[in-house]
Amino acid sequence: MVLKNSINLKSSILAAALVLILLVLPPFLPRFYVYIFAVIFMTALLAMSLNMVVGHGGLFQFHHGAFYGVGAYTVALMLTKTSLPMWTGFVAAPLMAALVGLLIGLFCVRLTRLYFGMLQISLGSLVWAIAFRWYSLTGGDDGIHGIPIPSLIASSKGAYYFSLILLTICLIIMYLIYKSPFGATLQAIRDNPERCEAIGINVRRHQLLAIVIATFFAGIAGVLFVVVEGSVFPDLLFWVFSLEIFIMCLLGGWFTFAGPILGAAIMVSLRTFVGAYTEYWTLILGIILIFLIFFLPEGVWGFFMEKFGSPQKRMAEEDHK
Amino acid sequence: MLRVEGVEKSFEDFKAVGNANLTVGKGELVAVIGPNGAGKTTLFNLITGQLKPDRGKVFFNNEEISRLPPYDICRKGIARSFQIANIFPRLTVFRNIQVSVLSQQRKSRRLFRPAETLAVEETRAILENVGLTDKADATAGSLAHGDQRTLEIAIALGNNPELLVLDEPTAGMSAEETAATLALVRRLADTQGLTILFCEHDMEVVFNVAQSIMVMHQGITILQAEPETVRNSRRVQECYLGEG
Repeated sequence: MVLKNSINLKSSILAAALVLILLVLPPFLPRFYVYIFAVIFMTALLAMSLNMVVGHGGLFQFHHGAFYGVGAYTVALMLTKTSLPMWTGFVAAPLMAALVGLLIGLFCVRLTRLYFGMLQISLGSLVWAIAFRWYSLTGGDDGIHGIPIPSLIASSKGAYYFSLILLTICLIIMYLIYKSPFGATLQAIRDNPERCEAIGINVRRHQLLAIVIATFFAGIAGVLFVVVEGSVFPDLLFWVFSLEIFIMCLLGGWFTFAGPILGAAIMVSLRTFVGAYTEYWTLILGIILIFLIFFLPEGVWGFFMEKFGSPQKRMAEEDHK
Repeated sequence: MLRVEGVEKSFEDFKAVGNANLTVGKGELVAVIGPNGAGKTTLFNLITGQLKPDRGKVFFNNEEISRLPPYDICRKGIARSFQIANIFPRLTVFRNIQVSVLSQQRKSRRLFRPAETLAVEETRAILENVGLTDKADATAGSLAHGDQRTLEIAIALGNNPELLVLDEPTAGMSAEETAATLALVRRLADTQGLTILFCEHDMEVVFNVAQSIMVMHQGITILQAEPETVRNSRRVQECYLGEG
């Protein structure tokens, strides 16, 4: 126990140090990199929110992008079409995303595994179709541009700090949930839903709550997207993008807590830097994924945790072999 | 306490349970025996709600439970183990049991308290009781088969049940493990006053432990009686010998 606590302490110190470094970094970075970092932050939040249901909940949440898009569109529409104060849009976005999450989740939790995923893709695609077709409201294919962002966070540095701070707050809350009885129960449901029913857990209700929480955070990521990019477009809600978020979780390590952050960083970097040379950057991604499946089935983070992480757990396991 | 009345269940054309009757009184240790394929596991699934009966009723404390989902039945006070190790393989042994205790304490949906501080005493007591204390921090999936089966029972104990239903608790165990598990079952019944219903296909195991035995054959209850009566029953002998 003592050992475990000291590891927890060590990782919290490391995390705090990392945040501090990121806080003082922007003045030393070229503007483009400040922007890329902000993109990584918002993508990391998105991937982390997905992993709450995929990695910890074992749900095949195949269309997470729909909720991200709902968040982004909500804030974009409120800032451009209403004269309500700015902050109301920022608050409404995650709430709206969670509401859509609840509605879609209500249908999806009646199914399991792949069927859950397929139904979610269909229902999520309905949301996409609304954004894509309702020209008068959403601008259809063009999306919405020139969204008036509050000046404090409109600059690239402002957006950087805004996303970093929001990401940090969200991660702390997510970590608390991960470590809570609900988090533990959710992981148990992932491992064995049938057994969970037999120990008195209403599996569907827990899954639904997890979806609502995860889509709420996806909505916050949607807010960050609007702040960082200043625009929205229907591709955010397209199922192909949802697949990318899914890959980030797998890439980073979906059974770990922080893995998806790493996965998001890798994906954004690939898209930006490899994408600058060739539009076929997904080819490189494909090759990486093949290697991943063969050599790091627990994801990059999962691999390092296994190598260097909690020695106590490793010892207990080796004891047994 | 538990009463099963004329329960039936078919899968497509196959009648897995034809006409099963069973009573379990408070504090009793009751066994269901029958050859492989007699419908024991199906019967247990009907009692704890994994399956719904086509006909017949199940009563627990004079309340009908045959239509309830498994988690409601569990909340009424029936916990069960499964025949194949049905645990949470990626969680630690401690967490496996703790999740069950948290569910029993209605704390599964708490969001912002660290789980580490909750239900710790109860979980430790169960670990101690079943003899898994030294493996508390191991990942459940890495345990040896026998230990997984013990953990299986420990998870059920986490629900602090009135009635414990064990589906072939000794399946696939070595002779020593079987003896240890039976000793545990007996101790739970004797010292903690638990009512236990379990099933077995090995007759000898049952006669030493159970106070009342229900014999099933091809989905139908042949009789339920004390071990002596069952041992001397011609019909029971026919069933077993008939199978070869």
